[in-house]
Amino acid sequence: MNSIKDRADLIAAAAKKMGKDVFKDDLVKISTPRHDLQRKSGKVVTLEEAIKKSGLKDGMTISFHHHFRGGDKVINMVVDKLAEMGFKNLHLASSSLIDVHKPLIEHIKNGVITKISTSGLRGDLATAVSHGLMEEPVVFRSHGSRGYAIATGELHIDVAFLGASSSDPLGNAAGFSMSENAKSICGSLGYALPDAKYADKTVILTDDLVDYPNQLNAISEADVDYVVVVDSVGDSSKISSGAIRDTKNPRDILLAKKAAKVVINSGYFENGFSLQTGSGGASLAVTKYLRQAMIDKGIKARFALGGITSHMVKLHQEGLIDRLIDVQSFDKVAAESLMSDPMHKSVSANEYAALLEPGSATHFLDVVILSALEVDVNFNVNVLVGSDGIIRGAIGGHPDTAADSALSVIVCPLLRGRIPCVVDEVTTLITPGSTVDVVVTEFGIAVNPRRPELKKRLQDAGIEIVEITALRDRAKSIIGEAAPLPFGDKVVGIVMNRDGSVMDVIKNIKD
Amino acid sequence: MELKNAMAGTLESGDILIQIAPSDVDGLHIELDSTVAYQFGEQIYQFGEQIKKVITNTLQELGINKANVKATDKGALDCTIKARVTAAAVRSTGVDVWA
Repeated sequence: MNSIKDRADLIAAAAKKMGKDVFKDDLVKISTPRHDLQRKSGKVVTLEEAIKKSGLKDGMTISFHHHFRGGDKVINMVVDKLAEMGFKNLHLASSSLIDVHKPLIEHIKNGVITKISTSGLRGDLATAVSHGLMEEPVVFRSHGSRGYAIATGELHIDVAFLGASSSDPLGNAAGFSMSENAKSICGSLGYALPDAKYADKTVILTDDLVDYPNQLNAISEADVDYVVVVDSVGDSSKISSGAIRDTKNPRDILLAKKAAKVVINSGYFENGFSLQTGSGGASLAVTKYLRQAMIDKGIKARFALGGITSHMVKLHQEGLIDRLIDVQSFDKVAAESLMSDPMHKSVSANEYAALLEPGSATHFLDVVILSALEVDVNFNVNVLVGSDGIIRGAIGGHPDTAADSALSVIVCPLLRGRIPCVVDEVTTLITPGSTVDVVVTEFGIAVNPRRPELKKRLQDAGIEIVEITALRDRAKSIIGEAAPLPFGDKVVGIVMNRDGSVMDVIKNIKD
Repeated sequence: MELKNAMAGTLESGDILIQIAPSDVDGLHIELDSTVAYQFGEQIYQFGEQIKKVITNTLQELGINKANVKATDKGALDCTIKARVTAAAVRSTGVDVWA
C-alpha cells in the first residue's frame, strides 16, 4: 500500500535528513472578510507604540526624509514624542534639515539629540550649530553619498520614521494619494528609499490611510514594520519655496539666459542629451530658456534628472524630454506628474547619485546647471556655509552631479548685496574645482582651464569668456575687502566627499 | 547745523536705512546693524568699518559733524550707502545739496 500513513516513516526520514519538522495539520483558517482583515493589520499603531515596538534605545540612529522641505511636520513631531518618552543621546540622520526644524535646538540642549548627519542645515538651527551648539560635529554628506553610506552600512539606521502622503495598513506607501481623502502630496520619496530598505525598523507616518493595495507605492510593505496615522505629515504648499522658488528676479533670469546659451553651444546640446538643474532660482529657470532652442533645432532630451520642476514636466509633456527621473519633486506639478505619468519615474538616492553604484543616473548625465554661494579662483564651489561663516545651505546633489556630468555649469551672481560670490578661496569646500567646468555670472563667463576645447566652442559661438580671476577682481573693486571672520577652534561640521573621505571641516564662529 | 529727525532708505536686501537725529555731544555717533558686519566683542568684522567710514565721510562732506546716526544695513554697496546718507542729511538739515 502507498497511503500517506504508510509513507509516514519515509516522510520522517526525509525530514530528518533535511533537518526539518514533519508537517502537522493544526491550521485554522481565518474567516473574517478580507476587507476587514486588511484594515486590522497589526502594523497600524500609534506613534508611541511604534517607537516602543521598534526597540529604539538611547544612543541609536533615527532617520527622516525632507521631501516636504519647509512644510515638513514629521521630524518635529517624532522628536517631540521621543523627548517626551525620555530618550537621550540619539543620532538624527535626516536627508536634510531646514528652517522649520528650529525646535531641534531645544532637543539638542536637552540631550535628546547629540549627533546629526544631514545634507544641509538652514535657519536658526544652522546658526546655533555654527556657534558651537553641539559637542559632536554635524556630518554633512551629499544625497548620493548618504544613499550609498546607508546601503553599505557606513550609516546604519536603527529606526526610520518616514512621512508618506498615502499608505495602506501594511505599509505600501507613496508620496501622493489617489484617494479622495488625500491631504498632502510630495511626489518622489527618493531620499527615503534607502532608509526604508536598509533601516532595521521602518515606521511609516501617513495622513491618508488607504485601502490595500495602495497603488504606485514607492515603499513596499516588505520594508515596513509599523504604520502610524497622523493628522498631517506636511504642508505641500511650502515645498516650492526658499531655495526652490520660481524666480521673477531679473538678475536670475539674465543668468539663466546666459547659462542656456552656454549649454546650447557647449557641444553637448544634441539629440538624446540629458539634463539636470539644481536648486536656486537661476539654475531652475534655465530649462525655460532651453525650451525654445530645443524646438528650433529639433533637439529632444532623453531624460531630465534630479529635482524635477514644473518646467521639466512641461517640456516632457510637449515631447521635448522623453523621461523624467525624479529623486525629489520640486513642486506640486512635478509631484502630480509622478503620480499620473508612467514615463516619470522616481529613483532612490543611491541609484540617483552614488559614486560607486554603477547604475547611478548621474553617471549618464550630460549637462547639469548648479548654483553656488561662492566659487573661488580654482573653480571650487561652496553651497553650504555663508561668507559670514554661518551654515546656511545644503550639499544636495551638487558634488555628485558636478563630478559625474559631462558638463557642469555653475550660475551665480558676482555679488549678493555686499557679499562677493567669486572669491580667492571658498569658505568651505563642497564641490572640487576639478569637477566644475563653467561659471556664469552677470559680469562674465569663465571656463575652467581644464576644458580648453569647451572654451573654444563657446568663443566660436560668439560668447565672451573671461578669466575667473578677472571676476574676482571685479567683485573686489566694487565692494572692497572684508575683514576676516573670527572663527574659533571648535569643529562644528565635517564635510564628507562622495568617495567616503573627509574633504573639509567647518569651524565655529565666536559669539 | 540744525538737525531734525529724518530718514532715508529701506530694509530691502541690498539697501540701507539711515536715520539721523540731533545730538547733544560733538561728533558723529554711528550705530550700525548690518547683515555683512559681524560684531564680536569690541571688534567688528567683515564690512563694518568700511560702512562706517562711508557714512562718516559722506556726512562730513555735507558739513555735518554732530549727529546720532542709526544705520540698518542689508548689504548695500558704497554708492547706495552714500546716496541714502545724503538723502537723509538733506531731509534732516533742510538744505538741498543737489540744487
